[in-house]
Amino acid sequence: MELTGAQALIKSLEAQGVEVMFGLPGGAILPVYDPILDSSIRHVLVRHEQGAGHMAEGYAQVTGRPGVVMVTSGPGATNVVTPLANAFMDSIPLVAITGQVPTSAIGTDAFQESDITGITMGVTKHNWLVTDPADLPRIVAEAFHVATTGRPGPVLIDVPKDVSNATMTWYEPSEADLDLPGYRPQMEGDPEAIQAAVDLLLAAERPVIYAGGGVLKARAAGSLLELAERTGIPVVTTLMARGAFPDSHPLCLGMPGMHGNFTAVTSMQRSDLLIALGSRFDDRVTGKVSDFAPGAKVIHVDIDPAEHNKVRRADVAIAGDCRMVIDEMLAALDAAGLPYDDGARAVLDPAATPADAPAGARPVPGTRAADRPAERLAEWRAQLAEWQRTFPLTYEADAGATGQGGGLKPQFVLETLRDATPSDTIVASGVGQHQMFASQWWRFDHPYTWVNSGGLGTMGFAVPASIGAKVGRPDRMVWAVDGDGCFQMTAQELVTASSERIPVKIAILNNAYLGMVRQWQEMFYEERYSEVYLSPDLPDYVGWAEAMGCVGLRVESPDEVAPAIDKANDIDDRPVVIDFRTDAFEKVYPMVPAGVSNDEIVVDPSQAATLAALRTGGAK
Amino acid sequence: MTAATTDRCHHTLSVLVENKSGVLARVAGLFSRRGYNIVSLAVAPSDDARFSRITIVVDVESAPLEQIVQQLHKLVPVVDISELAPADARERELLLATVSAGPETRGQVIQLVGVFEGKIIDVSADRLTVMLAGAPETIDDFEELIRGYGIVELQRTGRVALPRLDRATGVAERPRVVA
Ligand SMILES: Cc1ncc(C[n+]2csc(CCOP(=O)(O)OP(=O)(O)O)c2C)c(N)n1
Ligand SMILES: [Mg+2]
Repeated sequence: MELTGAQALIKSLEAQGVEVMFGLPGGAILPVYDPILDSSIRHVLVRHEQGAGHMAEGYAQVTGRPGVVMVTSGPGATNVVTPLANAFMDSIPLVAITGQVPTSAIGTDAFQESDITGITMGVTKHNWLVTDPADLPRIVAEAFHVATTGRPGPVLIDVPKDVSNATMTWYEPSEADLDLPGYRPQMEGDPEAIQAAVDLLLAAERPVIYAGGGVLKARAAGSLLELAERTGIPVVTTLMARGAFPDSHPLCLGMPGMHGNFTAVTSMQRSDLLIALGSRFDDRVTGKVSDFAPGAKVIHVDIDPAEHNKVRRADVAIAGDCRMVIDEMLAALDAAGLPYDDGARAVLDPAATPADAPAGARPVPGTRAADRPAERLAEWRAQLAEWQRTFPLTYEADAGATGQGGGLKPQFVLETLRDATPSDTIVASGVGQHQMFASQWWRFDHPYTWVNSGGLGTMGFAVPASIGAKVGRPDRMVWAVDGDGCFQMTAQELVTASSERIPVKIAILNNAYLGMVRQWQEMFYEERYSEVYLSPDLPDYVGWAEAMGCVGLRVESPDEVAPAIDKANDIDDRPVVIDFRTDAFEKVYPMVPAGVSNDEIVVDPSQAATLAALRTGGAK
Repeated sequence: MTAATTDRCHHTLSVLVENKSGVLARVAGLFSRRGYNIVSLAVAPSDDARFSRITIVVDVESAPLEQIVQQLHKLVPVVDISELAPADARERELLLATVSAGPETRGQVIQLVGVFEGKIIDVSADRLTVMLAGAPETIDDFEELIRGYGIVELQRTGRVALPRLDRATGVAERPRVVA
């Protein structure tokens, strides 16, 4: 069958099972847009290519399938650099297809030429410049393989216009056609290392499971739950792993890191064994590295061996897929005499502490596990429960009118939103205070319900990511929790959502500031506020929302919050935007200032005296 | 680059890569974006037309060798990496230099080239172009010595290396395959 390169490209995407792509056409990609008319693949026409990239990321995050982006050469291609960098940092499988000027024009500074394979080398897992249409089926298959296997990530295929216009003889690429001699991701863990890990696990007195985004990438939430319950070991979930372990589980300690809760942060500092699963010792988690978890041995499971010993030396490093490795650990626990039993299963209860959790599985008498009964962790779990009781997340619900937005607290908005929506609601967020508040105050009891930009911290992520998430999971309610600053970066994609009838809901926590930067200026620059004030009502968010075909609502006082949310939840035929006028002076606590030891954690002002007393008491 | 290219902190990586366009840029880009120092780099076709061999001398002061190797290995076109520790490697490098050599010093330069068993490959009234192939330390010494006569231009290839042979068996010591 003779096809044009363009037809072969679309057919190749169909062969990969692509159901939707996000993009915007232009000169160099024109030939490829023609066969889209005859394809089963849905194309979502965005208003800015950055939006296409983040939509594809949102889609990939909630479905586990690769997101696909199609844009033209030059400015179209450079507009997707930010999403590619974002996907690279957060290990999101993404396939970007860019048009390119004809091969004969490459290198001549032709109209809309940019060296996009050169530009994106550092922010893609790999990229390809296609020079022969006959290569297209193979390269597309390679691209999807590389994007979705091993440590997932973004890839880019650059297709010159003459290549998409030329003809080729179609073939269905087989596995044997893939030409990737250097690409061999390691899936299974080394049995000796697994055994060593299980030995450490059984011997630990103050262990903590440090779960990262890799748990979600490996679809290992079920295995993680079993590991935690069998061993009775508590779990922290990083910003990228929220939902990988249910927040309502008694063993869940929540988020560690710069804005993590006191117990999660301190548990790692005091632990004698960190079981790092698909996490990478990011500086936002470790604080000052030399002071991080000083007494802990480290088991580090990661599919990317380059993460081992990069930041923190591991006592046991295991290269492999998180789910396979955890399952191998579970098998080793079987052998050691610690099989799963019903008694180890906990009941989800948001109020429960680790002290309320079952003590773990019952060891088989006479086995190695029986020498180290799970009750040995009782003291540790009591300590964790004590910290949770003393230093819960908190805010002053009624601090009076401290400025713009008066007494409407962002945390209150989030608590109300959380309680008014189904527990499997998908939440996307931007970057800033609102992101940290959302991660802290939401209750993530299901995997793949939290979509955010962790590694790159890309403002403007929320609106398009929520749209992509809704496209991937139309059956779910999807809320974006956004900042007023972030919203202004990519709001135009609500036009896309309106015209494509993608009913996302956006909660703008409008504090009239680039709030997170304002917080740093308040705390570390003597309240010298430099270029952080936006405005509560310029733009008019309600008017803007209406102009984009959405329903716009405004909320200025606490008693209006629930009714507005109910109204929004009832609208299912178009997007809704709620402009919550929140307290401009609210800060995110706890906080570990950048580059400082986690031991120096700053808690909510209402808890500061208690913490100070605890520190001078030497109990730390 | 100073003449001191041989150092305890320098390790030689022999990297087999796919012979495709842009591969060198990927390798060089990785080093620059992660702040790894390259001491020298040489690229040549391998005995298999599908692959090229890049010999990189890295400075392990700038980053642990393990990190450099693992990050390199993540590049899709990198097929194999083996590390040659200084003691296990036979390393050679080629130097070309044009040296000032007027009537008074010409004899001394020629003599020096003779001592090092180099070659004179071009001559003019007041200059000589000389060539020397040898172990990198020898090349360092030679460069140091001819510098005194005035170097007009100098180029070194960067080193290539193979594992040292086992004297008893005649079989090459396998380089440590690190990834
Ligand atoms: C594209 C981009 N530019 C700048 C920043 C730096 N930055 C981090 S948070 C923040 C403020 C975000 O403001 P807003 O969206 O209103 O959220 P808030 O912190 O007020 O909740 C800024 C400017 C960033 N993360 N991303
Ligand atoms: Mg703001």
